[in-house]
Amino acid sequence: MAATREIRDRLKALATGRLEGRSGRAYWRSLEELAAEPAFHDQLLDEFPSLEPVLGSRSRRDVLRIMGASLGLAGLAGCDFGPPQEKALPYVRAPEFEVPGDPEYYATAALLGGYALPVLAETHVGRPVKVEGNPEHPVSRGATDLFAQAAVLDLYDPDRSGATTRLAQISTFDAFQIDLIGRARELEGRRGSGLALLTGAVTSPTTLRLIERARERLPELRWFVHEPVGNARRHEAARLAFGRILDLHPRLDRAEVTLCLEADPLGPGPAQVPNARAWVDQRRAKMAHGELPKLYVLESTPSLTGAKASEALPAAPAEIHNATLALAQHLGIGGIEAPELPLHLRAKVLEIALALERSGEAALVMPGAHLDPQLQALVFRINQQLGGLNRTLVATLPVEARPEVGENSLPALAGAIRTGEVDTLLILDSNPVYTAPADLDIGDLLQTVPFRVHVGAYQDETAALCPWHVPLAHPFETWSDGRAVDGTASVIQPLVRPVRGGRSMHEVLATLAGEPQAEPYEMVRATWRRVLRGRDFEPAWRQVLHDGFAEGTAAETQSVEARPVEAPPPKKPGAIEAVVRPDPSVWDGRFATNAWLQELPKPFTKLTWDNVVAVSPAFAVEHRLDNGDLVDLSAGVRRVRAPVWILPGQAERTLTLHLGYGRGRFGGVGSDLGYDAYRLRTTDELWVIEGMIVQAADASMPLASTQEHHSMLGHHLVREIGIGELAAGRSVVPKEHHRPTLYPEWDYETYAWAMTIDLDACIGCNACVVACQAENNVPVVGKEEVLLGREMHWLRVDRYYSGEASQPHVHFQPIPCMHCEKAPCEMGCPVNATVHGPEGLNQMIYNRCVGTRTCASYCPYKVRRFNFHDYTADEPPTLVARRNPDLTVRARGVMEKCTYCVQRISAARIEAKKEGRRIRDGEVVTACQQVCPTRAIVFGDQSDPDSMVARAKASPRDYALLAELNLRPRTSYLAEVSERPAGDHRLEGEVREF
Amino acid sequence: MPHRPDPYGLLARFENVEGLLAGVGAVRGAGYTRIDAFTPFPVEGLARAIGFEERRLPWIALIGGIVGGAGGFLLTYGLNAWDYPINVGGRPLNAWPAFAVPAFEMMVLFAALAVILGLLILNRLPRLNHPVFEVPDFRRATVDGFFLLIRSDDPLFRVERTGRALEKAGAVGIDEVPS
Amino acid sequence: MATVHPESLTAPSVDYRSVTRDVAAVPLAFPSPRAWWIGFGISCVGVLIFLVSAFWLFYRGVGIWGINNPDFWGLAISNYVWWIGMGHAGTLISALLLLINKGWRNSLNRFAEAMTVFAVIQAGMYPILHLGRPWLFYWLIPYPNTMTVWPQFKSPLEWDVFAVGTYLIVSVLFWYVGLIPDLAGVRDRAKRRVWQVFFGLLALGWRNSAIHWQRWQVCYWILAGLALPLVISVHSGVAMLFAGGLEPGWHTTIYPPYFVLGAVFEGFAVVLLISITLRHAFRLHHLVTDRHLDMLAKLLLAFGLMTAYGYLFEGFGAWYSGDLYERQTLQDRLSGDYAWAYWGAIALNFVVLQACWFRAVRRSAAALLAIGAAVTVGMWLERFMLVTTALYRDFLPSSYQAYVPTFWEWSLFLGTIGVFFFLFFLFVRLLPMISMFEIKEVLQEEARGGHRAAPS
Repeated sequence: MAATREIRDRLKALATGRLEGRSGRAYWRSLEELAAEPAFHDQLLDEFPSLEPVLGSRSRRDVLRIMGASLGLAGLAGCDFGPPQEKALPYVRAPEFEVPGDPEYYATAALLGGYALPVLAETHVGRPVKVEGNPEHPVSRGATDLFAQAAVLDLYDPDRSGATTRLAQISTFDAFQIDLIGRARELEGRRGSGLALLTGAVTSPTTLRLIERARERLPELRWFVHEPVGNARRHEAARLAFGRILDLHPRLDRAEVTLCLEADPLGPGPAQVPNARAWVDQRRAKMAHGELPKLYVLESTPSLTGAKASEALPAAPAEIHNATLALAQHLGIGGIEAPELPLHLRAKVLEIALALERSGEAALVMPGAHLDPQLQALVFRINQQLGGLNRTLVATLPVEARPEVGENSLPALAGAIRTGEVDTLLILDSNPVYTAPADLDIGDLLQTVPFRVHVGAYQDETAALCPWHVPLAHPFETWSDGRAVDGTASVIQPLVRPVRGGRSMHEVLATLAGEPQAEPYEMVRATWRRVLRGRDFEPAWRQVLHDGFAEGTAAETQSVEARPVEAPPPKKPGAIEAVVRPDPSVWDGRFATNAWLQELPKPFTKLTWDNVVAVSPAFAVEHRLDNGDLVDLSAGVRRVRAPVWILPGQAERTLTLHLGYGRGRFGGVGSDLGYDAYRLRTTDELWVIEGMIVQAADASMPLASTQEHHSMLGHHLVREIGIGELAAGRSVVPKEHHRPTLYPEWDYETYAWAMTIDLDACIGCNACVVACQAENNVPVVGKEEVLLGREMHWLRVDRYYSGEASQPHVHFQPIPCMHCEKAPCEMGCPVNATVHGPEGLNQMIYNRCVGTRTCASYCPYKVRRFNFHDYTADEPPTLVARRNPDLTVRARGVMEKCTYCVQRISAARIEAKKEGRRIRDGEVVTACQQVCPTRAIVFGDQSDPDSMVARAKASPRDYALLAELNLRPRTSYLAEVSERPAGDHRLEGEVREF
Repeated sequence: MPHRPDPYGLLARFENVEGLLAGVGAVRGAGYTRIDAFTPFPVEGLARAIGFEERRLPWIALIGGIVGGAGGFLLTYGLNAWDYPINVGGRPLNAWPAFAVPAFEMMVLFAALAVILGLLILNRLPRLNHPVFEVPDFRRATVDGFFLLIRSDDPLFRVERTGRALEKAGAVGIDEVPS
Repeated sequence: MATVHPESLTAPSVDYRSVTRDVAAVPLAFPSPRAWWIGFGISCVGVLIFLVSAFWLFYRGVGIWGINNPDFWGLAISNYVWWIGMGHAGTLISALLLLINKGWRNSLNRFAEAMTVFAVIQAGMYPILHLGRPWLFYWLIPYPNTMTVWPQFKSPLEWDVFAVGTYLIVSVLFWYVGLIPDLAGVRDRAKRRVWQVFFGLLALGWRNSAIHWQRWQVCYWILAGLALPLVISVHSGVAMLFAGGLEPGWHTTIYPPYFVLGAVFEGFAVVLLISITLRHAFRLHHLVTDRHLDMLAKLLLAFGLMTAYGYLFEGFGAWYSGDLYERQTLQDRLSGDYAWAYWGAIALNFVVLQACWFRAVRRSAAALLAIGAAVTVGMWLERFMLVTTALYRDFLPSSYQAYVPTFWEWSLFLGTIGVFFFLFFLFVRLLPMISMFEIKEVLQEEARGGHRAAPS
């Protein structure tokens, strides 16, 4: 401590220009001592993978060994677990002291693309273990997306950067500050000209305030924003249509007829959770009145929204462009050149136009955020024409802080560098070298900037080109703040001291602003004195920490009017186009080292550990391609070799490229996965690449998909009922009581735990899968094991197609353990290792299991998972701290499966016993149920007729999977609801196997 | 003449099964009772011929079987329905059709063990040495020799007389079995 | 080779003395040491392969195999079924034919029983080897323990523990009881002290007393009577391991008889292989005559046809049930990823077998050797097919996944074959491989029946 204080003084001295000669020798010596330790070499290897030839192998064992090698770092990075010094308030109760085994919940937030998703983080004795959505928050409402669920794993990720480095040598943050302060003083001389900041999208009030402070000191400072998957074009469109930058929010809870043009409101992204909730609320409300909201989707590649649409039409981007123009024409918007359209599309557009007009104010047309701004502006105009603008499509002031230069200003930055206007560049939490459009050659440009700093969580591609690298702390490690998609501001509380010694971005900005010694905590409080203006600060602050957000800070709604804009000219369809999308699991690549997300089966392909080029079945036939075949994609001079995957519902002549892979050597988990789609993007072809040339490479690679079959082969696994039938009071399967059985009736006096899963509400977002993995310490097994069919997910989401392969219906079906009352698995176990609990749980007693695997062979749902290897023990030691202490971890040779989160049931039971009452309905919430954005999963005691689950099971939509086996599964499903007339058995329709 | 101790008995060898059976008949007719016969393979009726009747082994097997079967069922029932009663797959605790299988196996096992033990005990085996082994020619009993033994503790036993009787009965060779 | 008297089971040259001479000579003055050493050496290599595979298995866990979700069992279990099935013919030849008083079995029962014992040993090892935590295998045995947990007797797997255990013990004892008199026989011919002691101890001092013979016969018959239902119960239990589950293709009532018949069928094939090989190796044509082969071939044909009936009705049942999943599995068997196993089984177990309708084939050692080999392989294919086709595609198409055995699964299988031969080589070297006294019985009966001159 003393040493640090000394340093602080010296820094102050520096900052004020009175530098004494003696530099803190003691400190440096201690560093050398540090360097003498063998662990130091490990650290070097870890920081600079290129030094480590072994790295890059993706075999499970190698990965784990390598990840394990960085064990020492957690300690080495000079940080200790434990609660932060500053006072943070537990959410539920504020204990005077830690009660081991008694989790505390802190209100904080997870970040995606700069946007905050408010969460409650469960910590055990100071170790963050799991996050849940913040039920009081208007955006989260208790749910989260998969990224927030996985965020806690990043916290313990041994691949995260662990030390400040200079020219690939371990340095210290203080040394960096000294250097930066020196530089800043120099810049001060020329009012900061030549200084450039590059950040990702910023919603954090504190970050913004600090940038302003820096600007006060260095007025010429230029700030650029680069968010690979951002709102740039949406904002540009708003500027065109409304004259200023605005956020536009779809109100699916108000829309009755919706048309999505390449828009994916239910798909992954900062707005997924609120959109999904709004969508399902509206759908349920309508259903109660025997109707369904209409959802049309025109998409070039399957999206989650398309999967839930009344009708999803695959169409090439150009066709969608033209269809939009045609629609505008129908609606009588002038100045539009008549586009040419294939007949079926033209007819469909007419139909949709009529439907939209009929619903008038309740109509909503959503353009994809990445579409050509002119086209989006036209769509806003269409909404106005229909009367939905300001009602189903609401504009608010932008949530992201906006630099003057304009967003997506990476080209601007490149230009500035080229013209030599930048000699000092601070890259804050952005990785342009990897994510920039290929034509900018940002890598080469960067190196022409004399003073470059990279502040980021990883030693990534950009860090490798910056003399200075400062490790960025995880949001759960430091004080910060941010705003949710609706603008509501949250304070981000640290749950733990930096595990890997990361630093807050605020500290860097503060140093720039001339306050090197400022503490993040104080900086955030300073900001919030402004945010909470007009309130008694301390109580208000405490309230915010407690709630996790500040009431009434949502972005102001603006009543807008779309002014006429010149419509874009029609496009000529025909050429092979490629659309670029963020990866459903690793987004723009920022989650590349997250093993949970890497092994998460992607919604449609069910692929893990790789990205692919999605092609339509017709395209595959035409080019004689099969899954895993490698093709060479070339657009102009840029070429990439990638494996193809045949995707039903893909537009015929359109390819889909997913971002976020092809990192080369990137940590233990993220190395050598997939191909890099960024290499094909240019500044003007960010999202659609026209004239793509595809050549088969006569080679193929194995791809680890967890579901090889697409069709239900005529079995009624996913059932659906027409809304008409439903309204007429018919039920999807005859409501029969138990079928006859030779076995005795067992009565479950206490509770009878049961679950229903609403297939109509399930959007296949996968959040439940990750939540289950986090809650139950489900191990990651690696690509080879997945290829063998040994993935361990306790909860999987099955995906089936019905109808035509060119335009299929997609059905998602989450499959946990069914907890059969007449469980065949139990009968098969020779050692009583799986038996039935008094509350009807199908229990697995790990330490009794000898691994005969009879239970799994007998399980008709194949939900049991076997530890073929010692998966848990092979996990990197740093991850041990992440594990949920309420569960045992499973050893080699032991069977495991979904337990209905029995640990949560026990916790509730203990509480109930303490208060001498029964467990209340809704008191036990399983991990998958808690995270679900559409509340598709209901859990509870079915013996209580008033319980939510009992009522759900009484629904006419309720049916049991494989009911004919008469196993009396406790998990049952609510059938999908379709607009189809009765007797249309399209679900039985076969699709070609791919 | 010097008196020598009685031998264990006289061992006569016959040409073949028929010879032996005839010999046994003759000797029995002469009133000898303490006799035994040795053949390379089981000869039908030979045991009866030398006056041996026994029906104990089947009963021993039966008892073994009953003990094993009952024990087997009690074991399974006791462990799954009584000592550790737990809901397994919603099946009845006393799943006797299932328990019948291990019970049956136990029955077979115990019956087999019982009858084999019975065999050894009744036959007083293992007994590695026996006076008849002293007769060198006796080795042929396991090859092609059919022997008849009259033990010296037979009331009518007199070395010479008995020897003559055996010769008359058609023995091709007679040896004294030293005691 | 010896010419054969129409009804006689053995060549006329055979008499009491020659029987003992020829048979006892093998352990005492081993006729063909060089061939034996070669074979024994090879089987030792097999044992080594077994040890290595088992060690690696225990060290790394069943993950080294190709098994996955849903194919949780794979080779380990199909080999288990195959091995245990092989044993049954031995017991049947000994017990059944003894009870129905077929003298001709007396030339075959000894090594048939040996085969049983050795095969059951292989089978018994598999369920333990395939465990996820093999070091805890004893938890399947009901013993008082501090966990106060007991085995679960509703599980077919638990039945197998009892069935296979009993079967191993009983068949060893049955074999030994039958051996005692011949051990005495060898003892009496033994010249070297070591053999005298060795066989002397094993023979328990047996002295061919008529009274002993009488009790021995009763005991032997009772054992035979017990062994017969035992065999049926054992393999029915094995079949229940599958029929007990709900998996389409397993959950059917014909499984127990279907499995038992298949097992005996397979066993007879192996007996054929062994008897032909042994009589050739030790020139025992006068003891194991073409008539014996003829009998075996007829039995093989009979059981083969019964097994074929099983195939037929398994398919019919699936089709007639109208159950989509059953039909799906049937279709997978006929045309799925493992159709080769199904059709291989049909070809080797049924088609090839039809040659046995011809007397000439039934009496040609070479032809029978080929047929026996075919059936042995065919039955393995069938077992593999039954285990795998049901699992790799059961109910939910989402879980479909193919199964490919890895090197370590094959090597372990090869290893068990090595162990089997290792034991068998020791057997032929050390013990009278043909029942001397029982053949003499036959000679005596034939003599009485006037089929041949009275032996002396």
